[in-house]
This record gives sequence, C-alpha cells and structure tokens, in this order.
Amino acid sequence: MRFITEYRDRGKATALARAISELCQPGRRYKLMEVCGGHTHTIYKHGLEHYLPDAVELVHGPGCPVCVIPMGRVDDAISIAQQPGVILACFGDMIRVPGGKGSFLDAKAAGADVRVVYSPMDALKLAIGEPDQRVVFVAIGFETTAPSTALTLLRAQADRFANFSVFCNHVTIIPPLRAILDANDVDIDGFIGPGHVSTVIGCRPYLPIATDYGKPLVVSGFEPLDVLQSVYMVMRQLNAHRAEVENQYGRVVTWEGNTTATAVMAQTMELRPHFEWRGLGSIPFSALKLRSHLAEYDAEELFKIPGVRVADPRACQCGQVLRGQIRPWECRVFGKACTPEKPIGTCMVSSEGACAAYYNFGRLAAPRVRSAARS
Amino acid sequence: MCLGIPGLITELDNADDQYAWVDVSGAKRRVNIALLSEDVPRAGDWVLIHVGFALARIDEEEARTTLRMLEGMANAYTDELEVMAQSAAQGERQTDDSSASTASGASSSPGRL
Amino acid sequence: MSHGSGGKATHALVETLFLEAFRNAALTPLNDGAVVQVAGKNVAFTTDTFVVSPIFFPGGCLGDLAINGTVNDLAACGAQPLALSAGFVIEEGFPLSDLTRVVEAMAAAARKVGVPVVTGDTKVVEHGKGDGCYVNTSGIGLVDPLAATLSAASAQPGDQVIVSGFIGDHGTAVLLARGELGILADISSDTAPLNGLVTALIDQVGRDVHVLRDATRGGVATVLNEVAQASKAGVVLAEERLPVRPEVLGVCEMLGIDPLYVACEGRMVAIVAGGSADRALHAMRAHPMGRDSTVIGEVRAEPKGLVLEDTGFGGSRVVDMLVGDPLPRIC
Repeated sequence: MRFITEYRDRGKATALARAISELCQPGRRYKLMEVCGGHTHTIYKHGLEHYLPDAVELVHGPGCPVCVIPMGRVDDAISIAQQPGVILACFGDMIRVPGGKGSFLDAKAAGADVRVVYSPMDALKLAIGEPDQRVVFVAIGFETTAPSTALTLLRAQADRFANFSVFCNHVTIIPPLRAILDANDVDIDGFIGPGHVSTVIGCRPYLPIATDYGKPLVVSGFEPLDVLQSVYMVMRQLNAHRAEVENQYGRVVTWEGNTTATAVMAQTMELRPHFEWRGLGSIPFSALKLRSHLAEYDAEELFKIPGVRVADPRACQCGQVLRGQIRPWECRVFGKACTPEKPIGTCMVSSEGACAAYYNFGRLAAPRVRSAARS
Repeated sequence: MCLGIPGLITELDNADDQYAWVDVSGAKRRVNIALLSEDVPRAGDWVLIHVGFALARIDEEEARTTLRMLEGMANAYTDELEVMAQSAAQGERQTDDSSASTASGASSSPGRL
Repeated sequence: MSHGSGGKATHALVETLFLEAFRNAALTPLNDGAVVQVAGKNVAFTTDTFVVSPIFFPGGCLGDLAINGTVNDLAACGAQPLALSAGFVIEEGFPLSDLTRVVEAMAAAARKVGVPVVTGDTKVVEHGKGDGCYVNTSGIGLVDPLAATLSAASAQPGDQVIVSGFIGDHGTAVLLARGELGILADISSDTAPLNGLVTALIDQVGRDVHVLRDATRGGVATVLNEVAQASKAGVVLAEERLPVRPEVLGVCEMLGIDPLYVACEGRMVAIVAGGSADRALHAMRAHPMGRDSTVIGEVRAEPKGLVLEDTGFGGSRVVDMLVGDPLPRIC
C-alpha cells in the first residue's frame, strides 16, 4: 500500500539500526519516551526494540486517549445510555473499557442501546435516521479527533438535529507531557512525538518541551522506518547538546498544522479548568468541553450524570505505565489478573495501550532488563 | 487518535462540496474534506484519513525526500558492507598466498598487505 | 454478548457448560464434527446454526451458509456429505419472499453438492424475538478411511499450514453489506462447498493430512489457536504470505481490523506433513475451490499452544484467541 509499504523496508531498518548504534556514546544511556499509543503499537508489532542497542531504552507515554479516561467518566456515559430512548454511539475502542460498574458492552448486554460507529458523522446519521431517539456520541481522542467532532456538531446545529448530542472527553496533548516532566520522577532524555495529533496542531506547540525543559522532540510517523529514523534524530540532537523540535513526518505534518481544524475546534470547544486523567491525576486546562452556544448538543447539559470520581482498582498500575515509570511486564497484575480478556485497567483493554501492545506483540520476547524509574 | 491512513481521492462529491470519494486499496468511502478548505484537494491527491475525515494532504515531495534520506543511509550501509566483504576476501586471498609460499618454503611478507 | 463470536468467551462457555454437561468421547475433541461408530463404520455427524445480518449479501445469503457450512464441517472430518437436515426458526412477519429466496438458495446449494435435505423442522416465534430467520443444519457422512486420523490434536512440528484461498472475504462482505460504515468495495462472501477440494487433497496426500479445519467465525486465527492448543504445539505464520485481497486489506486498514480474525465461509485450513506440502498444495490449486491455496506458516514444537505471526521485521506477535468480535477502532 502506497505511503505505507515503502516505510517497512527491512534492509533500510537494518541500516538505520546500524546508524543508531554508531551514535551511542560510550557509557551513555538514552531514554526516550514515545508519547503516542500508535508508536507503542508499531514498536512492539515490528519488534523494533531488537533493532536498538541496549543503551537505548524506549518508555511509553500517555498518548492513548482511551487509556487516560477515568472510570467515573465511563460510568457517566453508561448512566446516560440507561436513560429511556437513548442510543449511545461510541468508537469500537471504548466498548470494553471497564468503568466502576462494568463496560459499555456489559451495559449493552443488560439492555442499553449501545452502537459502535466508525465516524462521529455516522452517529449524527443515526440521529437523523431515528428521530424519536436521542443519540449521544461519546467523543474521545486528542486534538486529532476533536476537529471531526467539531464539524459534526456544526452540522447538527446548522440542520437543527436536536436529538443529537455529544458527551465530550476530548483531551489535549501538551499538558500531560508537561505533567510528566514536572513530576520529575522518570528520567526522560527526549521524545518521539505524536504524528497524527501534529497534523492538526503542527509542531509549534511542542516548543516549550524543548525550551523550558531542554528535551529534544521529534514528530514521528507510524511506520517502522519512521520510528527508527526519529530515534536517530533525537539521539543526534542529544549528542550535539541540542534541544529542538524536529519533524520526521514531513509528508503529513507541517510546522503550522491545520489551521482550519484548530479554528473549528476553537469555535465549538473550550478548555475545562480541570480534568481527571487516569494515572496522572487532575490536570488544569487539559481537556475540552462544548462551548455554551452548543449547550443543546452537550450531553452534560442535557442529562444528569453521577460525576463520581472512581478510584482505580488497588491492583491497577496503569498510572505508572502511562507515566513511563514502569513497563507493562513490571506491573504486578500484568498477564495474570489483568489480560485483554479480563482487563483491570485501560492500558490492557485499549488496542493502543502499552500493556495490550506488549501482551499481543512483545510477550514472548525476553524483556530487556530495564529500569524506567529515576535511578 | 492514531489510526490515520493514506487514501487516494478519486472524485469530489458533486452533491456536497464538503465530501470526496477516497480509495484505500480498492475500498472506497465518502470522506469529509472540510478540514482541508484552505487547500481543497482534487482527484488524484492523497490525503490522510481519520474517522471519516481528511486531516491533511500527503505531500509527495516530502515523502520522496524522506525515502531518499533512508535510501542514502541504506546505501551507505551497503557500501560499507561491500568494502568489509572485499577486504575480508582480500585477507583470505593473502592468507592463501602466504600459506602457499610457506608451504613452498618462502617467507611471507606482511608489508604487502 | 462476546459468547457467540467464536473466540475466548465462546470457548469458555462451551467448555464449562456444554462439555461438562454432555461429556463423552465423541464430543470431547471438539472438532468441526464428531465421529461415531455405526455398524463398524466411522460416521461423521455435525450441526451448525446460522445467524447472519443482513440475510442477503454479495456472494450469497443465509441459505448458502447453511448448506455449505455443514458440508464443510463434514469435509473437515474427511467425510463426504450423505444427508442433511434443516431446522428453521422464523420470526413472525419475516417476508415470505425472503424466506423463499433463502430456501431456494439452500436447495440450489444442496443440488450443487449432490446432498439431499432429508428432514427438517419449522418454528415461528413472536415478532421481536427472532432477528428474521435462523437456520440450523445437521449433516452426516462416511469418513474416508484415509482421513481417520484427522483431528485438531494431530498437528506435528514440521507440518506446513495451508489455507485454500483469500482470507477475510465473507466477514468483510457482510460488514459492508450492513451499510452502517458507508464503505464500498468489490468484495463478495467466499461461501462455497469444499468437499470436492478435500477429496482431491486426501486422494493425493492421504494420511499426511493431519488437520483439516473449516475457518469460519473468528477467522483463520481462531482455528489455528484451537489446533495449537489441542496439538500442544506452536504455529508460526509469516505475515507476508497471508493471502488477503487488496480491497479486504483496505477495509481492514481503514477500520483497524485484523484480517486474521475476519470470518471466512469457504476456506479450508489444511495442516500437512512437511514432506507432502508441495503435493498437497499442487492438488489443492488444481481444484476450482483451491486455486489460490497458499502455505502460510508451519507448526513448531514451541511455543506450545500459541500462534505467532512473524511480522517480517524480526518481531513476532502473538495471534491470541479473539476476545470479542473484531470492531472498528480509531486508535
């Protein structure tokens, strides 16, 4: 497939691995965080860690919008679904995420009308086709997905489809990165930056990571060669004592990003003062809600929701995985009490979660001895 | 968040200028292109699709640049492998020569390497 | 809800409830069909209930699935179909014209194979209780003596894994036919009878065919997991060898679905002794139902009970038993 297959060439991967090896300075270790769940998926699926020298370590970050949704928000969505005449529409990723009282799938089995959609527009189409039902779309995702929700809302508003509303759980990428760096308990040298978020926000928003925290960040594509090339670029900066934002994914990402997309986001949504992130606690100005002029399409205005903060199960260590403090196999319940079939936490249930990725792809390879926490 | 795939625009939707038909390896879907209103794509352009919306144009020139860089690294590596292989082969030949001359009683001359 | 999708939950249900309740030697292997002794002969006996939405889709309908599915389960036991039964559960209000189409499709499919539907039953349930129409078919056939050792537990290290054609066609065709995803593609269900293909294979290679499984719901991945577990062996697939149509790949990429888990309805997975793999492949490709047969992997001693896929990059992923239905995802 064009623009995909070319970036999976094994010969070039070997060459890149060699170049990365040559960059390793004697006695120096390089700890890079790949922010986005899609990169974690690529790394494990293609066994990229085996292409990296021991001195280079990759830790996983919080860029999985399903993984960071707290259990209480899942319960809120289920309480909406249980109202009479409601159809809850969500992406497939959400259907098995465990809340405090079960998942959307459990709610469906108990009689709630829950439907999986591919696009927010499909949820709107559902509302158009079922005028006697209220369709509530559970919106998740970073800035990658928020513009699509925004356009859907504008369409609903323009054509006055009053039986459509959005339960908004969009989050933004920079605040959690800052939160991880501010917590200062994981010694990260540099970042493999998210690729598709950056098609919307561009590269400019990452500048504080470089200027305020002195960490290089390379915006990366998702194919194996993209990730390896990005690792190379970060290491090259580190060796030269540079801390800059670079763009490896130039075929899709521009410095300025998609200004139409950011404009529709701004038109329809605003930042919440606070939002609870699973594993990271409450982060200010890190999540989006609908603006007041869209109140009649805002599920949080239309429905009474419990809004209860549900603590993660005691055994769950998702928070530490999302912050890069531990690797999946270091979680005490990984593969035992917590499996994709019976997930305790979101890192295992989301297909982009680090634990699911490792369980499905990396489990059999001997894990390289690591210590993610600050030594 | 992350699932964005390249698709080829085959035609714009006559009925709704916010939409175009996109082909991914033979599977076709109507995709919303309103986010690309600053630089409206045309049939034959490649776009990145996410949840039924086009988020960005794929810049073919940039794609070629990235690939050229990767090829450059790969070629440098292959060249080096060739050089190593050649010098290994040379080393073997010289070992053969010197063992042949040793067998015949003549001394080897390391300086010839 | 996940219990019907063919994966882990279904297996758990079957093992804890049904196997426990009905425990007997013929059932325990949990192959596609059971083999019972009748007057000194091995008779294969199988049953399957067919539920599909929508009922009509490119390449066929519920009726085709109902006949071909049972013929194929018998074929996987190494048996030619002798007779079938057909039971219908019809929802009140289901259009007679639709029922006629389904039944005529069944009749045509049965004629094509040359197997009679000798008995049947019909029940009508209240509107709202039936999702249109469900069909159960059961079938019997005599097991070819050369196929007497066929079993999911018979795979051995060194065996080659062959699939008889492109994977994921049926599941994708049905998914698109539901119309909810708005995707158009030239994909048809692969529903087809494979008894002739199996005869051609067994005639050529005989007892060197160790396992035959009809890949249906849950796809090739599910069948191979069952075999890996029953045989206490490992199965290693090569990603670049999996035969997937470009259009099916396009749909799967768009939705984030893995073709290995997408249902087939006319694909046989044959696990054959390494030394006979070439002859087996040749025999299958010579048959109209096996033209695109491909070797997709091999059986190894380790890792026991697991299926791995070599991703061509030095990495290998675990192809786990499906947890639920493959669903579109955004991440």
